Amino acid sequence: MRYALLVCDDENAVLSPEGRQERFAAFTAFQDEMEARGVLRGRERLRPTTSSTTVRVRDGDLVIADGPFAETKEQIAGFYVVDCRDLDEAIEVASRIPAAQFGTIEVRPVWEM
Amino acid sequence: MIHVTGDWDLAEECAQDAFTKALERWPRDGIPTSPAAWLKTTARNRALDQLRRAAVGAAKLREVAMPVLADESNEDNDRGESGIADDRLRLMFTCCHPALPIDARVALTLRTLAGLTTAEIARAFLVPDETMAKRLVRAKHKIRDAAIPYRVPPAHQLPERTVAVLAVLYALFNEGYSASAGADLVRQGLCAEAIRLARLLAELMPDEPEALGLLALMILHHARSAARIDTAGDLMTLEDQDRALWNTTAIGEACTILEAAVRLGRPGPYQVMAAIAACHASAPTPAATDWAEIAVLYERLSQMVPTPVVALNRAVAVAMADGPAAGLRLVEQLEQSNALCGYYLLPATRADLLRRLGRSGQAAAAYRRALQLAPTDAERRYLTRRLAETSAKVPVDKRVPGLGLVAGTVAGSGRKARD
Repeated sequence: MRYALLVCDDENAVLSPEGRQERFAAFTAFQDEMEARGVLRGRERLRPTTSSTTVRVRDGDLVIADGPFAETKEQIAGFYVVDCRDLDEAIEVASRIPAAQFGTIEVRPVWEM
Repeated sequence: MIHVTGDWDLAEECAQDAFTKALERWPRDGIPTSPAAWLKTTARNRALDQLRRAAVGAAKLREVAMPVLADESNEDNDRGESGIADDRLRLMFTCCHPALPIDARVALTLRTLAGLTTAEIARAFLVPDETMAKRLVRAKHKIRDAAIPYRVPPAHQLPERTVAVLAVLYALFNEGYSASAGADLVRQGLCAEAIRLARLLAELMPDEPEALGLLALMILHHARSAARIDTAGDLMTLEDQDRALWNTTAIGEACTILEAAVRLGRPGPYQVMAAIAACHASAPTPAATDWAEIAVLYERLSQMVPTPVVALNRAVAVAMADGPAAGLRLVEQLEQSNALCGYYLLPATRADLLRRLGRSGQAAAAYRRALQLAPTDAERRYLTRRLAETSAKVPVDKRVPGLGLVAGTVAGSGRKARD
């Protein structure tokens, strides 16, 4: 069963260069491990919501707006797609994402078509 | 069946179908050598049929078909008593999975493990049938769509998941415990149902001391239920209850269970709460209560569960054991932390301690503040009575400890499980 693990955190948090490096290493280690375990199906890191655009079509009119879908403190910073046995395994994988320590991971089952 | 199909509605329907078939065939063809296996196979075949008809895809069909093959060997020697017990434990862990909202966990547990109807559960929780039906459907769909596993969690997850199961049973108990005398019978029956399920859990996990601790705690509270409400329907504080109405057989049983739990050598909050309840339950009179022991137990509890409500209960116990001045110091610490801001029992406790210290003016002010915050009429009546006594400068009653509203109430320790 596939799950999207949405990685949410405060994108305005400022990190020292060492902190950034440490975090990068932690993410790399996590990804390598999950790759080796065979659960990782896809992953993307997203640019901050300052570069985000929302698009709607209402009554045939295109409405374009600056910014993310919802203004909240934590924003989606990236996502993983993992293939797990069940929710418990997905939760376990989610808990290993370094961002679980400072942000929030949303576990969403993929709607298989 | 839930295990097989991953779909609760389908599982329910197929199980029902198998029983109907059994009623037709067994009288005609005789009862099969292994009725449980027969029912299971019949239900599973029905599920296969249904899934094929719904054409949900090869993957799902394979999932259903595989266990049929894998289970064949077990099937012959039948899943006897232990198999059924395992199923119930799996069901309990699935119903109480922390990925489900707590109200859905409680409802699902009642529906699947206690066999209550949706309408009964709706009545018990004072919500419309439709609301409860939706809640249950949403929970079942989440189990299916998010693939919440139907199994007892592996060892590394077991402790935290067990805590989740215990919390559901305790929430269920508290819901029944807070039901008023005039409440619906189903609602009143929630306590007994919670005890029944805790008994089941304790049987299924005999090495889990907290399951035993919770069972003992519930039995102890329930043993006093006949004395909790007076003829006018008012809540009786522990000190005012007629102890002759307490169920001593139940209290004895709970103490035996608690001893067994403690012997396992892994203390936990439910065992400590049960030990506190046991101290109250085994005192023949309020004055004979072992407050020193209770104060020690609350200190242990506050280390395990560092919540302000537990701290307040501890202050009350310390006041009873070491005098009101010692208790007041702890209450003042709590007031400074601001953690219980708006909780009426904080000024009510302060008022009672000040009254016992003879500081009537300050006591009356604190009673008035508590009155503004008190949530129910029964509590307001109690506080008004106390305020009148204080204002009238009636000599402090030395015989009866004046803190019954706080000491030993399930509301005090129970908040933890729900928060």
